[in-house]
Amino acid sequence: MTVLQPVRKTPHFADTQIEMAHGAGGIASRRLVEGLIGSYLSNPILQTFADAATISVNGSNVATTADGFVVKPLRFPGGSIGELAVNGTLNDLAVSAAKPIALMATLILEAGLPTSTLESEVEAMAIAARKAGVCIVGGDTKVVEHGKADGMYVSTFGIGLVDGRVRIDAASIQPGDRILLSGPIGAHGITILLARGELDLQADLVSDTRPVWPFVSALMDRCASGVRWMRDPTRGGVATSLNELVRGTAYGVALYEDCVPMHDAVRGACELLGLDPLHIANEGQFLAVVAAEHADAALAAVRGVAGGEEAILIGEVRAEPKQRVIGINGYGGTRVIDMLVGDPLPRIC
Amino acid sequence: MKYVDEFRDAGIISGVAREIARTAKPSRLYRIMEVCGGHTHSIYRHGLRDVLPANIELVHGPGCPVCVLPTGRVDDGLAIAARENVILTCFGDMMRVPGTKGTPLELKARGADIRMVYSPLDALRIAASNPEKHVCFFAIGFETTAPSTALTILRAQELGVNNFSVFCNHVTIVPAMRAILDSPDMRIDGFVGPGHVSSITGCRPYEFIARDYGKPVVVSGFEPLDILESILLILRQLDAGEARVENQYKRIVPWEGNPPALMALARVFELRPYFEWRGLGFISQSALSIKPDFAGFDAEKLFNVPGVRVTDPRGAQCGEVLKGVLKPPQCKLFGTECNPEHPVGALMVSSEGACAAYYRYAMHASAVEA
Repeated sequence: MTVLQPVRKTPHFADTQIEMAHGAGGIASRRLVEGLIGSYLSNPILQTFADAATISVNGSNVATTADGFVVKPLRFPGGSIGELAVNGTLNDLAVSAAKPIALMATLILEAGLPTSTLESEVEAMAIAARKAGVCIVGGDTKVVEHGKADGMYVSTFGIGLVDGRVRIDAASIQPGDRILLSGPIGAHGITILLARGELDLQADLVSDTRPVWPFVSALMDRCASGVRWMRDPTRGGVATSLNELVRGTAYGVALYEDCVPMHDAVRGACELLGLDPLHIANEGQFLAVVAAEHADAALAAVRGVAGGEEAILIGEVRAEPKQRVIGINGYGGTRVIDMLVGDPLPRIC
Repeated sequence: MKYVDEFRDAGIISGVAREIARTAKPSRLYRIMEVCGGHTHSIYRHGLRDVLPANIELVHGPGCPVCVLPTGRVDDGLAIAARENVILTCFGDMMRVPGTKGTPLELKARGADIRMVYSPLDALRIAASNPEKHVCFFAIGFETTAPSTALTILRAQELGVNNFSVFCNHVTIVPAMRAILDSPDMRIDGFVGPGHVSSITGCRPYEFIARDYGKPVVVSGFEPLDILESILLILRQLDAGEARVENQYKRIVPWEGNPPALMALARVFELRPYFEWRGLGFISQSALSIKPDFAGFDAEKLFNVPGVRVTDPRGAQCGEVLKGVLKPPQCKLFGTECNPEHPVGALMVSSEGACAAYYRYAMHASAVEA
């Protein structure tokens, strides 16, 4: 009989309790995932901490991803939890250069949830999946007591086939590579913040939730060999994604701050609330690092897809300062752009 | 965006920066204190140090309300939150400020009902919709936020709300500036003066600084261009051997202040004989308490708060940083034990805290300088 040895490594997680910051996608989330969860479940695939895990099946590279959706309110301008669950899962596959094959979804429902609400979310999932050309092939339903699940939570699993023409690897970035952003940032996070109704603010703004596969696909068709890395900057925003990119490399990123596009309503809300738009969540954008000589073609490819017209090059990989993201403004002022710390909270004055 | 883009225009900013470089005498060092945490934040956020000559040293001032709140007061506020049937409300800035037994966020995660509000009126609304609970507002801030607290108390009285109170920690900026001016290690040549505070108080309260201490004060806005223009105006005064109070932030600050707001303050608040400031110690007549007429809304009278004085954590040099004697990275705990995720002192927590601003935006500069 084999005696199983404990798999536990020493966890590097000293926090005594879980707090909201651990779910905000910033430094605390990283510490939880890598320090505690990663220390027990450690394996070479998990250790990449990528958006999707790529496993080899009979010579084909298959990308798999799982995601959980706990958004409140369930419906918000521009989308709802059902649509978000489908697009969010597909986008994790897309930025791993994987064409989606199928999705699964688990619905955790709260007793007392109106059937009509559930029905409209299932319909939203169906529409989003149909638009993206994938099927939701299975899942599970569970019901919990009233007051335990904000109406409903959705947990998803997605599977896709990795495009063999592209090698997504943060370690492959080189000084001079350009950073491509698919469109204006912050719309989702600010829309949700305002939709909660806790702030006395209103704005003409909708979530940017959408599948990014059409853009990624066009990008790969045009210049597959020039694409080095991709990420959808969801929780923690563009700042956190770029910091995650550089921390495993010997290089840094310079961001041309005046070039980063955002709607006036996002900018205004961030100015008012003291938030950095670079930390605000997006649900329909992606970042790509492309080789300098492919940058113009990459930009043209993304701009050529409907909805990608506002794509722009927002920065470049630099040799210095190492493992940091630096913002440079129009008059040469610089600042460090760090990962999100805690949950974005409004400031007072 | 109007009132923002004009004040961040790269061409105009570069022009003012060149004018500053022309005006500053290379032979001397200029030490200019930006009084407000909002100024500090903006200076780092917009990389203004990169466009200033090396002989202009910017020194952070005491104008960050969260930073100057001593740990004992945080503990007192959290003791109220720990009571049965109490909802404690506070501004977002307070949520990560450490008390002895943790931050408001940590207490909330353990089950205390602590809610973030954007205005004290939101706290009053929470009281109206939770009649079975008592709702206490943890009030902090200088003259900028004190009028909204005063108006909320007046409104609560008008509506006859009897389940609402305020834990008052409002402070006033002038005594803190005077304490810094009287400090033996003071080496400040001029002040980038408070912006939003002055929209309430006006510019007259700073006249003693020019008159008695011979230091220029330029009341300043918070955009990059505001701050650079204010620095230029200070340099010009120093160059001409003058010391006056000037108002750079005319679009917001009337010279005489905001009389209705000042009247609301006078109606609801009175000066405390003394109040403890983190790092600066006890300063006489530097804080507001709620007048006896409104005792029913005064959390300090309703609840028996511990009122214990807690010494600052060992090794933390928040006081020296607040007085401008030390730069954040010169503190022994900076970036190691004390960082934005695990702040030891409040200067690392608030978005306006000098240490947080430095950590967040300028760590590359310190690496280069070191």
